[in-house]
Amino acid sequence: MDRTIAISVSHLCKTYDSHKAVDDLSFHVYAGEVFGLLGPNGAGKSTTLRTLITLLHPTSGTATVLGHDTVREADMVRTMIGYVPQERAIDRFLTGREHLELLGALYHLTKMEATKRIAELLKLVELEAHADRPAKTYSGGMKRKLDLACGLLPDPKILFLDEPTLGLDVQSRLRIWEYVRMLKARGMTVVMTTNYLDEADQLCDRLAIIDGGKIKTLGAPAELKIALGGDIVSLTIKETARIIALAAAVRGQPAIRTVNATATGLDIRVESAEKAIPAILDAANRLDCRLEFIDYHRPRLDDVFIAHTGRRIQDEVSNGNVE
Amino acid sequence: MKEYWQEIRALMMRWVRRLSREKFSMLFTLVQPMLFWLIFFGNLFQRAADTQVTQAPNYISFLAAGVVVMTVLNNGLAGGVDLLFDKENGFLERLMSTPIHRSSVILSRFIFVMTITSMQVLVILGVAFLFGVQPATGLLGIATILLIGMMFGVGLTAISMAMAFSVKSHGDFFSVLGFLSLPMIFLSSALVPLTAMPGWMSFLARFNPMTWAIDAVRPLILSGWSEALPHVGMVVVVLLVFDALCLYGGTKAFRRAMG
Repeated sequence: MDRTIAISVSHLCKTYDSHKAVDDLSFHVYAGEVFGLLGPNGAGKSTTLRTLITLLHPTSGTATVLGHDTVREADMVRTMIGYVPQERAIDRFLTGREHLELLGALYHLTKMEATKRIAELLKLVELEAHADRPAKTYSGGMKRKLDLACGLLPDPKILFLDEPTLGLDVQSRLRIWEYVRMLKARGMTVVMTTNYLDEADQLCDRLAIIDGGKIKTLGAPAELKIALGGDIVSLTIKETARIIALAAAVRGQPAIRTVNATATGLDIRVESAEKAIPAILDAANRLDCRLEFIDYHRPRLDDVFIAHTGRRIQDEVSNGNVE
Repeated sequence: MKEYWQEIRALMMRWVRRLSREKFSMLFTLVQPMLFWLIFFGNLFQRAADTQVTQAPNYISFLAAGVVVMTVLNNGLAGGVDLLFDKENGFLERLMSTPIHRSSVILSRFIFVMTITSMQVLVILGVAFLFGVQPATGLLGIATILLIGMMFGVGLTAISMAMAFSVKSHGDFFSVLGFLSLPMIFLSSALVPLTAMPGWMSFLARFNPMTWAIDAVRPLILSGWSEALPHVGMVVVVLLVFDALCLYGGTKAFRRAMG
């Protein structure tokens, strides 16, 4: 399939002091798709995004947006993109309308163009009734909608979203998802970062799993799941002390591909559940290891993530480690 | 050029709106220097200060020049605060992702801070007038005072912005700010003439650009052109150097912060 390339990233590296935030990243984003950068905090997603929107200069490598280099032709790139930063990038003293008017001037719209465009956008994100209230009176969801309207003000060819639903309640989250789908239906290219697996699974046509500044895998969510192959058997074990021993006993058995220890048990990738489960139960019996719960399912996106990074996406968040 | 002006005007409008919606903050910013320093401090030391030492008819008229320059100092050093918050909450990123001239944000801030400072200086001179301080050099003298204030303010605002772009957290920013401002005032001729200071303090005060500014503003208020002109000429040279250094440092910090 021959598709227009909207963004092209080639051997991108960004180093801070001695720390490699982004390490030799290469990928394409096609026109009209929703492309996701999925990874834990500190994986290099935001650094990559900020390079694409011309705010960071790469240490080495290049990125082009609609054929324009993000460093040499930064001004050109800026006229064609919209950016929605992480939450709170809002001036609490300005009203929603004033935010949009400010951006209208910064994109050099005439007064008439701006007025028309602002009215459309306020309607689109359903903020008409609140447009003339200071943003400090807005709820989290309303601020996010205003953020989105700000990103859409230049009528961009590509919209960049940085963690679009971080910290939002479920309702607002679903609303933002709807907007993204609508924008895609209108033909807009969307690039977003997220550390929510379900968000990536629901919204993205293709996604790159990033960890430690490198792309671990890239593809459509369905492809990634199929590529994993087989089934996942998840065990919950009562005596967590025995997890390691059981893992060792299961490993290498026929029909078993990989074994991953989790906080409460094991995630085992198998050729087929029918063949593997008897062997697993057998091993558990031999070790006198009582199973609290056993479940098997087709691979999900979190299994893809574990298979490629060796851990769960939330592990790091809860441990509070920063790479 | 038209686009440049459109950007700067829109960004300035934002600063004006922010200030006008923080009514309390605006009131205190405007009132504080004249209330605390000119009215309280000035009247408090009216009799304690020796007119032989200050070489002025009374302490308030001596202090007026100091309060004018102190206002410039405080406004200038605080000039980067709003950009600091913009940097921390991502608003600056949003602005910088638009196709504006990179300098627009900073230039709008300079113009805004200079305008507010000039207005405050005029109010202070007005209040001083109510206490009987009549600028000896008239309207042209007042214009000269505003010019000196702006020249000093540009450098200070540049320092403040450079700090805003360089610090890791706003806690750092405010501690440095607090550490800078009072010593700058005490180690200058704002409250006491250099001749009346302990030797080591007057020595240090000579290196303070604030002293130079005050020593030019004071004769403009107290004496007249013949005495003021050499000082005005001197301070213009000193502040040109000061501004050049500060702007150079500020530009470097800005470039570094903007990738």
